[in-house]
Amino acid sequence: MSTVLTPRPFWALAVVHARFQFLETVRIPIAVIGNLLFPSLALLFFVIPQRAVADDPGIATAAVAQLGVFAVMSTCLFSFGVGVSEDRAMPFDPFLRTLPAGAGPRLMGRVLNGVLWSYLALVPLVLLGAFLTAATVTPTQALAAIAMVPAVAVPFLLLGLAIGYRLSSKAAIAVVQATLFPLAFAGGLFMPPESFPAWLDAISKLLPSRAARDLAVQAVTGYSAYTFALLVLLAWTALFAVMAVTAYRRDEGRRFH
Amino acid sequence: MTAVVELAGVTRTFGAVTALDDVSLTVGEGQLVGLLGPNGAGKTTLLSLVSGLRRADSGTVRLFGGDPRDASSRIALGTTPQETGLPPTLTVGEVVDLVAKHYPAPMARGEVLARFGLEDLLARQTGGLSGGQKRRLAVALALVGRPRLVLLDEPTTGLDVEARHILWQALRDYHADGATVLLTSHYLEEIEALAQRVVVIGGGRVLADDSLASVLGLVALRRVVLSLPPGADVDLARLPGAYSAQQGLDGRWTVLASDADRLVRALVVDDVPFHDLELRGASLEEAFLTLTSEKEAVR
Repeated sequence: MSTVLTPRPFWALAVVHARFQFLETVRIPIAVIGNLLFPSLALLFFVIPQRAVADDPGIATAAVAQLGVFAVMSTCLFSFGVGVSEDRAMPFDPFLRTLPAGAGPRLMGRVLNGVLWSYLALVPLVLLGAFLTAATVTPTQALAAIAMVPAVAVPFLLLGLAIGYRLSSKAAIAVVQATLFPLAFAGGLFMPPESFPAWLDAISKLLPSRAARDLAVQAVTGYSAYTFALLVLLAWTALFAVMAVTAYRRDEGRRFH
Repeated sequence: MTAVVELAGVTRTFGAVTALDDVSLTVGEGQLVGLLGPNGAGKTTLLSLVSGLRRADSGTVRLFGGDPRDASSRIALGTTPQETGLPPTLTVGEVVDLVAKHYPAPMARGEVLARFGLEDLLARQTGGLSGGQKRRLAVALALVGRPRLVLLDEPTTGLDVEARHILWQALRDYHADGATVLLTSHYLEEIEALAQRVVVIGGGRVLADDSLASVLGLVALRRVVLSLPPGADVDLARLPGAYSAQQGLDGRWTVLASDADRLVRALVVDDVPFHDLELRGASLEEAFLTLTSEKEAVR
């Protein structure tokens, strides 16, 4: 070609996609409100009435942290995993795929959005925790918690995207539900893993939800995570990233044939 | 001449359906090509291969010399979303911006909206647009990045005459600026209004690829319907002026004629014992079917 035309830079395109995905979401906010409410309600009904838990600064903070991990996980898997499969069924999606942007910027746009909505999902939970329980963090721990959110959000976003690009929206909802709740229970997001039998604890330590939970709890309390938690989380992140990119590349939009 | 689009021996199947069967097609810089064919002929599949949405099962597809599945090959490509597919909560201005930001030197928002008479709708959510406005916006999105190749799939289906003419003019203007345009339609009128070169597709194959005038001649068939008494031994298809002949379930013969006048004269001169003769223009669909079945017989 005589004129050299190069695609727009990766990050510029990622921000463009993130911005428009955010606008679309914020104009139909009901979709995200469910994710904002459930973890807060769980805290309100199951943690706050148990004063033995709620009045102990360490345990209460850990409880808020593990429900926070759940809030991030469900935001990422539902809104962005299932959301992708719903978008894919819209005729605008194939059009976007013909624009000069590869899989990367669009996926990154979703990741940025997922992280942002994860922060928003934590706001009510953190407020309830701060005002109605003894949960407390030092400024350093608060910063650590803020830094933890993307580390927790990204693997589950990628898992959601892998599901969303592979399956139809009805199948994706079922698969996300079948993934989210077992992962949450076995990862100790509802019941602390200290109460697990030894075999479950062993399995639990291999799960991304448990690794994320322990790292989040470590960030905001003194309780240290198990030895390989970070490695487990990174390994799952890498695997989910490969799955998401593969699913996106294989996808040709809706199939009617 | 630089090839903008190049398909060589392309086959694409969907399960048991062969959408494209060994198709080769080259579109050069600055051409305005119409892909004409009945529904299900493979036109949309062809466009989806060129725009990188789908992959060919065999054969090669080249867009500006590169693989259309690479984003960098699509830098000078503009396509339209289906009219029903605009994100309903975004405004017209936002959708235009979203698309424009993918290109290195897009049109200003005002310019692209003015080309399609959409200036007043800038802040309107696309969900609130009329069908015609959505269609104009869809075509505007194809042009906003100043692409050198525009792909348009049935650009004016469902539009009223006036809206259709506005869109056609906008496309002619854009082509006059030097762009290559590849559009599909099953309306002969649309192809006549826009295309210089016409590619007729049917049953997944290229049936004809010629100038507009030649293809128009090819499809300008007449339909002569008549009855013959039982036992009459006439090969209607071999009569002068006839193109093909077929007996319907009711026993009546339908002869597609490239020259109906000659055919009728021959029927009279040869003293063919016909009765109940009817004569009318063949539909585009029938012309396609003839082309299709003929190629079928040749294979």
